[in-house]
Amino acid sequence: MWAMVVKEFRQMRRDKRTLGMMIVLPVMLLVIFGYAASFDVSKISALVVGPQAASFAKRLHAPFDPVRLAAKDGVTQAKTSLRDGQAQIVFIADKHSVRAIIDGTDLFAARAAEAAVARLASPQALLSKVLASLPPGHVLTIPASELPPKIDVLYNPGLKTAVVMVPGLAGIILVFIGTLVASLGVVRERQAGTLEQLAVMPLSPWDVLIGKIVPYFLVAALDLSIVLGAGMLLFDVPMRGSVLLLILGALLFLFVTLSLGVLISSVSENQGQAIQLAMMTILPQILLSGLIFPLSSMAIGVRWIAYVLPLTYFIEIARGVMLKGTPISDLWQPFLFLGLLGAVAVTLATLRFRRLLSPSPRRNGRPRAGTAS
Amino acid sequence: MNWGVRSVTVRFGKRIALSDVTFQALAGQVSGIVGGDGAGKSTLLRALVGAIRPDEGEVLRPGARQIGYMPSTSGVYPDLSVDENIAFAAAAYNVSRMDLQERAHALLSRTGLADVHDRLGGQLSGGMRQKLGVLLAMIHRPSLLVLDEPTTGVDPVSRAGLWWLIARAAAEGAAVVLSTSYVDEAERAAHLLVLDAGHHLASGTPDDIIAAMPGTISRAATRPQGDMAPLSWRRGAYWRVWSPPGVASADRAQVIRPDLQDAVMVASLALERKEATQGGAVR
Repeated sequence: MWAMVVKEFRQMRRDKRTLGMMIVLPVMLLVIFGYAASFDVSKISALVVGPQAASFAKRLHAPFDPVRLAAKDGVTQAKTSLRDGQAQIVFIADKHSVRAIIDGTDLFAARAAEAAVARLASPQALLSKVLASLPPGHVLTIPASELPPKIDVLYNPGLKTAVVMVPGLAGIILVFIGTLVASLGVVRERQAGTLEQLAVMPLSPWDVLIGKIVPYFLVAALDLSIVLGAGMLLFDVPMRGSVLLLILGALLFLFVTLSLGVLISSVSENQGQAIQLAMMTILPQILLSGLIFPLSSMAIGVRWIAYVLPLTYFIEIARGVMLKGTPISDLWQPFLFLGLLGAVAVTLATLRFRRLLSPSPRRNGRPRAGTAS
Repeated sequence: MNWGVRSVTVRFGKRIALSDVTFQALAGQVSGIVGGDGAGKSTLLRALVGAIRPDEGEVLRPGARQIGYMPSTSGVYPDLSVDENIAFAAAAYNVSRMDLQERAHALLSRTGLADVHDRLGGQLSGGMRQKLGVLLAMIHRPSLLVLDEPTTGVDPVSRAGLWWLIARAAAEGAAVVLSTSYVDEAERAAHLLVLDAGHHLASGTPDDIIAAMPGTISRAATRPQGDMAPLSWRRGAYWRVWSPPGVASADRAQVIRPDLQDAVMVASLALERKEATQGGAVR
């Protein structure tokens, strides 16, 4: 048994990348996810519109923060702000009533907003006491801004978890196929000894890269349509926006994840390393992209990580198109960032491929593929 | 057209894998690279096909479409069938469908792979996989066919099939270069390069190499003692003893006519003696 233990330690010592991941990764995950894993919503961004906006806004305190005023705006502008994510709740303060409209796609923030709005209502006991102190027949006039707001939840009126999760889950499935499955592609060639043959064949690195990506791309696109179709049929997930826009976002997102997969594959020596690296990119995407934990609840120190993860932008696009019917004019930012991430990933993947398939003996001081004799 | 390398040196970090090696592959002929493990055979072949770039020296090779290369791992995709492997190689080299059908049929039938055309590469026997590897490398009629240890670990029957393929490629006009650890097999090649630890040991036709052998070889029933012990090696039931030029043959020995295997052993021993006398300055 001792011989086995010693052998394993020796092998472990040689695989420095795995050793590093075994020690560094858990600590890193603990720190990141410790700060990110929070369902508590301490701040809800609010917008108050309408003629009574100023007086009503005075009633708003924590968790409504920040509170913006747009007295001249009407219901349409208020809903647009809500749809575009400029506020999580909008209050429409008219002369005779106050209406609160909540964005139902941000589940935890929506529930917290509902509870906070309920607390805004005048306490019944206090009202009864005031009424009792008044002479009989006296009419108590309560200004509209003091009345309890009527609550409407937009986009996901029942605040159903499935409605919010399905668009994000579609993204997760694409991440798994794109990054995890594709990351094994080049490593398989390396381990089978066929990579060197590819290098000698009259194929450019671009031919090999695109040739590797296209099949996964098609399979993932099929998967995406099945997942979204099933989500709409089984969980009543709406499709309020343009299907074409969703397809465009999904294809762009797939391109990013596949490029990442191929990049991982090209820097991994074996399938074990490829899987480890792929998991290192998948786990943060699951936990930090806003799929599970609201971005607004994350500590600033880790929230920036969410903004370099492609899934964050795909979720924004998918939820925006499917649940809110957001047009492309208001989704240009996630499209732009996805495009930038895709450009970076495909450039790095192509450079790695070029390096992998071009002749040079000085690579880590050892032959590139196979063993020289 | 002839291809080859001139004064090529390849280093992997501090290790010299090939040192100032020159080799020519002649069209229509089979040339062999012979040497033991770590001799530099694979490195030379990889430099020749362009899989690695030499640190020094020149490589003369045709364009990628005119090169056929089988790596030591056979280059067969284990999760593709025989037909699918052939289809991929043919597509990569732009072989026309009609030409492919005719050629694949002829080569598969002659090598005994026709019966297993739908079997996965990973399920083929070692010999079948090597034959398929050679077939894939020559499917597009390359002008330079490079095969890394095509017969290693292959049984005699499959080896005959492999040599049929190799001979056919040469007959079609390709310059065929193959590496092997088996000296007896290397005798089939028209031209040989013998490598030892990355260094040129001998080259020429098998007869040239035998004729160039210095000193004499004798046969002994037991291993000689003393100074001659390091110059002897077992071969079959007897010992071979090399007497360098100017050294008398051992008393109990019988002088014999050397073959290629003897000549290669002597070349290696001669290099060791040279290094010993020069204090290891040769390498």
